[in-house]
Amino acid sequence: MVPESYYLGLSATLFSIGVVGVIVRRNPLVMFMSIELMLNAANLALVAFGHRLGSPDGQVLVFFVMAVAAAEVAVGLAIIVTIFRLRRRLSVDDLNLMRW
Amino acid sequence: MEHVTILMAFAFAAVVAGAMLVVPSLIAPRRLTPVKAQPFESGKDPIEITQGRLAVKFSTVAIFFILIDIELLFIWPWAMLYRKLGWFGFAEMLVFLGILMLGFLYIWQKGGLEWE
Amino acid sequence: MTGEIVVPVVGLSALLPALVVVGAGGLVLLLDLLPPRASKAHLGTVALAGLVAALLVTVSRWGTDDRAFRDMVLLDNYALFFDVVICYAAALVVMLSMDYVGREGGESGEYYALVLFSTTGMLLLASAGDLIVVFLALELMSLSLYVLAGFFKTRLVSGEASMKYFLLGAFASSFLLYGIAMLYGATGSTNLDRIAGSPAARDGDPLYLVGLALLLVGFGFKISTVPFHMWAPDVYEGAPTSVTALIATGSKAAAFAALIRVLVVALRGLQPDWTALLWSLAVVTMTLGNLAALAQSNLKRMLAYSSIAHVGYMLVGLVAGGASGAGAVLFYLLAYTFTTIGAFGVLALCQRAGEEAVEVSEYAGLARRNPVLAATLALFLLSLIGIPPLAGFVAKFYLFGAAVRGGHVWLAVIAVLNSAVAAYYYLRVLVYMYMREPEAGGAGYVPSFAGGLALAIALIGVVALGVMPAPFADLAQGAVTPLLR
Repeated sequence: MVPESYYLGLSATLFSIGVVGVIVRRNPLVMFMSIELMLNAANLALVAFGHRLGSPDGQVLVFFVMAVAAAEVAVGLAIIVTIFRLRRRLSVDDLNLMRW
Repeated sequence: MEHVTILMAFAFAAVVAGAMLVVPSLIAPRRLTPVKAQPFESGKDPIEITQGRLAVKFSTVAIFFILIDIELLFIWPWAMLYRKLGWFGFAEMLVFLGILMLGFLYIWQKGGLEWE
Repeated sequence: MTGEIVVPVVGLSALLPALVVVGAGGLVLLLDLLPPRASKAHLGTVALAGLVAALLVTVSRWGTDDRAFRDMVLLDNYALFFDVVICYAAALVVMLSMDYVGREGGESGEYYALVLFSTTGMLLLASAGDLIVVFLALELMSLSLYVLAGFFKTRLVSGEASMKYFLLGAFASSFLLYGIAMLYGATGSTNLDRIAGSPAARDGDPLYLVGLALLLVGFGFKISTVPFHMWAPDVYEGAPTSVTALIATGSKAAAFAALIRVLVVALRGLQPDWTALLWSLAVVTMTLGNLAALAQSNLKRMLAYSSIAHVGYMLVGLVAGGASGAGAVLFYLLAYTFTTIGAFGVLALCQRAGEEAVEVSEYAGLARRNPVLAATLALFLLSLIGIPPLAGFVAKFYLFGAAVRGGHVWLAVIAVLNSAVAAYYYLRVLVYMYMREPEAGGAGYVPSFAGGLALAIALIGVVALGVMPAPFADLAQGAVTPLLR
């Protein structure tokens, strides 16, 4: 039996990798993959907690998160494709029409 | 407090991820070749992709696939417990599929499924 | 397999406002498929009818305390108050969009459907009694808004706004979700009441604190507090102006609704901690928002930074705490919604040489070319400054008064100083409109019946809230009592 804290450690590691990925990478697709990593880190934590607590709430929430993540993929890819058609290049550094 | 380990894992992961970025920039030799300067990692030329090797219509269908496919997530547990849920579960699933079908009808009528 | 399955009681009455709006959204989608295919103007009317129906339902249910789906959805006075604000905002945005969207980028059915779906998310966010519902409603609202922000598909700025909004919004959502996971782990529940009652709240479980911090980061993005505000100016500038109005008002009100409920109900055990955090967030947010707004020449950008500053003011009310503080925030949101929709509405109806007029210089001499429009914009800006007898003044008065009563005198002083700084950049627009010579081909009004009507309604709201605030303030106070039991 693997203790709960192992799962949580893995989850926290995945989440941190995701955060660092979003911050340092410049390709929207890779940034988006990092965000997915963060969501799945949360899923892992939810399942681990749900297992310890013996309640199904955690797993049910994971179902909803997965559905939401799929919707996010659809919207995100659509936005990326739209920009790609206009620009033919893909880097957030190019998204500089507006500056503060 | 066993949960303190989680905070340590956070910090550890941040340090490792940061080190993987910082250390190579300090010690690795920098020889920029045109291939390395490309934004894509898989070695594919981004110019080629835009010229139509990977048709955009493919991505549209892929998006629809993801959306419809993920609904299985809710239908699977429902099917496992179908007999216990009885008419209530049946009605709920009809509502769920009804909403899904509305979206499908919309995609279809708007021409989202036409390949050419 | 576990034993018997308890079929939950389906209490649709608690969902009624959201059901009306989502039903209208589905109807718009269906009608979009039917002829006439060329003109989509009637879909705007359908959307508007749906929102008005939802508004009537909301008003008729005032005073109920409806709980459904095992306390996951709560329709109490608090939710109903926000439902009114959100439905008003969405209805005004639909009216503004009717001519604007068709003129600028091609009208289509999905625009109105997406506005209605995101409104549904906002309504659910206001009634959420469970963190699962908070997450789902927030995503429903945000995903629709990401698409709406990029609705002008042929414009690069619109796509850029959409992409930035999407990436940073999804980033924030994952922080929020991780915070929810931590709170679930610490307390064993996602229900707001049960989280509040769990022993972890007393023991100071680190998971609980981490959960609070991550939730604040996630909400901080959605309501655009400094340092999580970077997306706001770019998105406000690049998105279609009508969508900007919805992002600035409806989505902000809804995110505030959920934030206040989560903090005051679920995390009341940590009140000293989050009060201290919000104190500094409030100061940084209003100061940086106002200072950055000083430097803007683009009006949409200026209003974006000003809306960041207004979020800072509203956080002052949350810091003040208690019924008077939370009630003042609700009243402020009401006043802010009317005023901000009005200001963005004027921008949506102004054009120069076929392009949207957004630079402050394009408004030079507007008072001479179109005195009514100039006076309308002037009133909205004066209300944003907080000049009596307009809504903004009363709202600020309640808010800063609550801060002083709560013992946060310094915070109130900083907020008042900030309001004084803010007056400069609003007045600059007035100076351009009234004292500068009209430029050749400056911004001109594009006639629009629905848009004009929306401006009139917003204007009446701003003046009414300022002249006779007492009944509305009582409503706001009454709305927060269900939270503080």
